[in-house]
Amino acid sequence: MAYLRAFGAYLPSRIADNAELAAGTGADAAWILQQTGIQTRRFAAADESVASLGVHAAKDCLDNAGLTPRDIGLLLVASSSAEHRFPGPASAIGAALGINGLPAIDLPIASAGSLFGMALAAQLAPAYGNVLVIGAEIMSRVVQRHPSYRDTAILFGDGAGACLVSAEFGFAEIRDALLASDGDFAEALRLDHDAPLYMDGRTIIMQASRKIPRAISELLGRQRIPAADVQVFLMHQANLNLITRVAQSLAVPQERFFRNIQNYGNTSAASMLIAAAEWRAQHPAPLAGPVVFAAFGGGLHWGALVAK
Amino acid sequence: MNKQAKITEIVEKLSGRPLTLAPDESLFESGVLDSFALTDMVSALESEFSIRIPDSDLTPRKFDSVARIEAYIESRS
Repeated sequence: MAYLRAFGAYLPSRIADNAELAAGTGADAAWILQQTGIQTRRFAAADESVASLGVHAAKDCLDNAGLTPRDIGLLLVASSSAEHRFPGPASAIGAALGINGLPAIDLPIASAGSLFGMALAAQLAPAYGNVLVIGAEIMSRVVQRHPSYRDTAILFGDGAGACLVSAEFGFAEIRDALLASDGDFAEALRLDHDAPLYMDGRTIIMQASRKIPRAISELLGRQRIPAADVQVFLMHQANLNLITRVAQSLAVPQERFFRNIQNYGNTSAASMLIAAAEWRAQHPAPLAGPVVFAAFGGGLHWGALVAK
Repeated sequence: MNKQAKITEIVEKLSGRPLTLAPDESLFESGVLDSFALTDMVSALESEFSIRIPDSDLTPRKFDSVARIEAYIESRS
C-alpha cells in the first residue's frame, strides 16, 4: 500500500500579467484573459534553474511532512523544460538535497509527468519507502514571445510542486491509477531541439476533452466511486475552459475542481502538484471524500489517480 | 433532410447564429466554431448520424468545413 503524506510548492517571485504578455506577443490583454482564464503567471529569475525550483518545492513538501531529505528512499522528477538533453534535473536535485547515492529518476513526459510519477511512486513505495515526486518547469524559456507564437506564449508559466508518497502512512491511501499513452498524436504537442514549443491547440483540446473525463470515469467505475462523491478533483491546470469542460462531462459541479491556473498559467508537469499543495494547505482536515488527480499532455500521455 | 442540411443545423445550433459560409469554407478560421465547440460538434454528429468517431479521427482537419464533415460522415456510413 502507499499513502499521500504531504505536498509542497514553489513559485518564482516575478509576476507576469496579461499586459506584459500583450506587449510581447501583440495580443490584446482582454483577449488573453477571455481565451485562457489566466490573469498572471510566474517567471523564473535568470539565476534560477529547473533543479533549483524543484529543490524549493521538495523542501516545502518535506517540511509539510515533518521529514528530512534523509528520510527519502527514491526521487522521481518530472520536467519537460530541463536545461540539458541529459542529465535531467533529478540527480542535481538529489545532490542539492544531500541525498547523493539514492536513485533519482527523470520523467521527461511533459504535463502528465507528475501524475505518472505519483502512480509509479505508489507501486515503488513498498520497496523504497518514502518516494518524493517533483514536477518542475521553466516554461517561459521554451516558449517564444513572438506574435506568430502567441497562442503558446500566453499560456505558460514557471513553478514546481512536490508530493511525498509514503509506504507507511499519510492522509489518504492511493487506491488506484489509470495511465495511458497514444503516439498517434506525438507531433501535436512537442518541444524540438532549438525550437520553441509547438502545439496544435485544436487537436489537443479535442483529444483532452474526450480522454480526460473518460479516464476519470473508468477509474472511478472500477473503484465503484460515484463522481458526485469525490471531494476534490486536482487536475493539470492547462486551460480553464478545459477544466470546466471535464467537470461538465462528469456532471460534477465546477467548484469541485480546484483551480489556480488564473494565478500561475500552465506550468506543465508542475501544475497538478502546485494545485495539490495549495488545496491541501487550504484543507488540512481529514478527507471528507476521495481525491482524484488527472493530467494530460504531450505524448500523448494522460491518466487519473484516486486516493481516499 | 439531407446530410449537409443536418450538419448545417448542428453547426448553427452550436454557434448560435445562421451559417453563411460556403460548404468548403473553414469553420474555424472564420470564427464560427472554436476548439471546444468542435468537441461538442463531434458528440452531436455521433448522436445525429448514429456513428462512433474514434479518438484517432479526432483532428480538426476532418471537421474543418461542412463539406469535410459530410465526406467524413459518408466514409463512416
